[in-house]
Amino acid sequence: MSISAGTVGAPIRSGLAWVRSDSGRRLGGWILGALILALMTGPSGNDSAPTAGFTGSLLQPRVLVFLGLAVALWVLTNIRRRYGERIRAASDHVTGTPSRLLRTRRARYGLYVAVLAVAIAYPPTLSGFWQEVLVDQIGVFVLLAVGLNVVVGYAGLLDLGYIAFFAIGAYSGAYWTGALPVHPPFHVNPFWAIPLAVLAAMLAGVVLGAPTLRLRGDYLAIVTLGFGEIIQIVATNLQGVTGGAEGVSGIPHFSVHLAGVKYQWGLSNLPYYYLLLGFVVVVLVAFRALENSRVGRAFTAIREDEVAAEAVGINILKYKVMAFSIGASTSGFAGLLEASKISFVSSQDFTVQMSILVLVLVIFGGMGSLPGAVAGAAFLQWVPQILRQHPLFGYQPQDLYIYLGALLVVMMIFRPEGMIPSRRRRREIVLAETGVGTADAISGSSDPAVRP
Amino acid sequence: MCFTHSFWALTVQGLSDGFLYALIALGYTLVYGVLQLINFAHSEVFMSGGFAGYFVLRTLIGSSSPHGASSVGLVVVGIAAGAAAGGVVAFLLERVAYRPLRRHNAPRLAFLISAIGASFFLYNLAGKEFGRDSVSIPAPFNLSGTVFTVFGAPVQTYEIVIAVSAVIMLVLLDRLVAVTRLGRGIRAVAQDADTAALMGVDIDRTISQTFVIGGLLGGAAGFLFGLSSGVVYTMGFTPGLKAFTAAVLGGIGNVRGAVLGGLLLGVTENLGVACVQSSWRDVIAFGILVLVLLVRPTGLLGERLGRSA
Repeated sequence: MSISAGTVGAPIRSGLAWVRSDSGRRLGGWILGALILALMTGPSGNDSAPTAGFTGSLLQPRVLVFLGLAVALWVLTNIRRRYGERIRAASDHVTGTPSRLLRTRRARYGLYVAVLAVAIAYPPTLSGFWQEVLVDQIGVFVLLAVGLNVVVGYAGLLDLGYIAFFAIGAYSGAYWTGALPVHPPFHVNPFWAIPLAVLAAMLAGVVLGAPTLRLRGDYLAIVTLGFGEIIQIVATNLQGVTGGAEGVSGIPHFSVHLAGVKYQWGLSNLPYYYLLLGFVVVVLVAFRALENSRVGRAFTAIREDEVAAEAVGINILKYKVMAFSIGASTSGFAGLLEASKISFVSSQDFTVQMSILVLVLVIFGGMGSLPGAVAGAAFLQWVPQILRQHPLFGYQPQDLYIYLGALLVVMMIFRPEGMIPSRRRRREIVLAETGVGTADAISGSSDPAVRP
Repeated sequence: MCFTHSFWALTVQGLSDGFLYALIALGYTLVYGVLQLINFAHSEVFMSGGFAGYFVLRTLIGSSSPHGASSVGLVVVGIAAGAAAGGVVAFLLERVAYRPLRRHNAPRLAFLISAIGASFFLYNLAGKEFGRDSVSIPAPFNLSGTVFTVFGAPVQTYEIVIAVSAVIMLVLLDRLVAVTRLGRGIRAVAQDADTAALMGVDIDRTISQTFVIGGLLGGAAGFLFGLSSGVVYTMGFTPGLKAFTAAVLGGIGNVRGAVLGGLLLGVTENLGVACVQSSWRDVIAFGILVLVLLVRPTGLLGERLGRSA
């Protein structure tokens, strides 16, 4: 009896052992991922048919496509694991040359100039819809992403209420140009409102940051998350001041009266696009300088190892507050631009989702990488518009945040340094994986033994 | 003062809210204990409990109006359904959004980002699958019936149900952490994970079980919350933030502190709302959070330091 049980049990046991093996676990992971993807792209259910979405996406033939994809990817990763070195060596001839070329400074600047040239020359040929996308969806969000990159990327601080500062910038712009129900002592042109809005957002950043940045980084995350929500509640409730959820309109457009030249930016998108492009380029140049300055290196030092940074005499709190408020002021700046462009501001626009959206843009491109933040923001803001026009896989606009949430998790598991990583950041993450350093400012450095 | 004329009524309401905050706060505090990380997706564990309770009770009750023993049974079933869903979601969450990162020895920032991503994924997926309108759980009993009065303040059936079930769960949890083998494991990992591993504690398993315990409580709270406030895919956000405030108020990482913090927060919030418009309710909790972090970041009962370095 026992012999026959053994002969039957052996394949089951070895099968079980395989399931628990590394390879088996990876296949399980891919299949789970494929099922989740099938669910995300499948039909929606509703309250009266709560299982319709599940059965419609998991019990239909279409699920086989996803399972096939999972198995294919599993096979591919197995091949890569086994022959990865050889493939990399062989492909280096093809892909290595351009990436090596890009490492020279001259080639990089050449690429930047080329991108800028396209950014200047191409938009006039686009249709009106895409020009609007270029301003409202891409331009403003590139600016936001570049600002959040300073906070999350350079200093390693997680700001989940970033849009609150956008709101503060928008409302102070509306206030100083006289569009709000409460009137300022004097009215100014939006150009003059820029420093005022930036200052207001920066002050808010300092006021919120100074107490919370003393604490461990995850407190900052939750406090900013709360702050983002509170700003919206306050803006909605103070109807007499902000116009509440109905919003206020009539925020003037930008205009120039200088030495006989009069120009007013109107509702059309292209002039605003160029204005925004100019601002983005200025901000990018400034942040590039910041990155390589004493301050930028202090940010990096704090991110890499807070204790060591403090030991070499860096005032941690000062630099953290600085990074946080630089991010806040960039967000405020973007808020003013957007408010003036659409000439309208309402508390409904400043949702927590927006903050997370900007975070996704930065993470996707690459934390701490300016080209990453710009390209990531442009790409991720462009794709939903394409999908909106050509709904692939049953894409629905309201499902966007499912994809973005999943993207955050996937990026953190597979490519935390982002698609276009900064060299510094990538090195840190690789080092941390091998057990050297902690690669962020959030670690409970008081107790290095406790690692999650 | 603005709250004196209805002090007792507000306190009763506050305690009933506070018990819910305590149940959710325990999820934060337990996970924080073993990982030193805020589990941003805990609010979605709570939300899943609400949906599970809703679907189960809708199926069981239909158009009947239960009373007596069947009411009690339905409440128990609802809590069990919520807890089960919460436990499953918390388990999966740990597996998908936390464990792979732990294997990589990823930076802490990565954990927070991955948890935020999981939170967004989960609640928007719930919106896609179950619809985006708020629905109300069919009442297993007359929610607003007055059972007795305290100093003239009516105590409603609903509040009794919350208090009784919360106290039972809290006592069970307290015993679990204090006397069982699993509880010892959790405390050991919270104290010093590396040494605990050397003493033979399976860290991965302990972390997973900690998530599940937090998920059971959070899911049950989701159902109890949904009974009076309805169920919607975004329902987790605000209670989650408040429960986190409660956990910090009591001292994060401290189990009894979370209960104390929850009750205090619930009462303070309800008394505070009497002084301002109810639309400012959430601002009060946030103000308390910032105040606690400014004045006493370790919380009321916290021994664990909240400061970095």
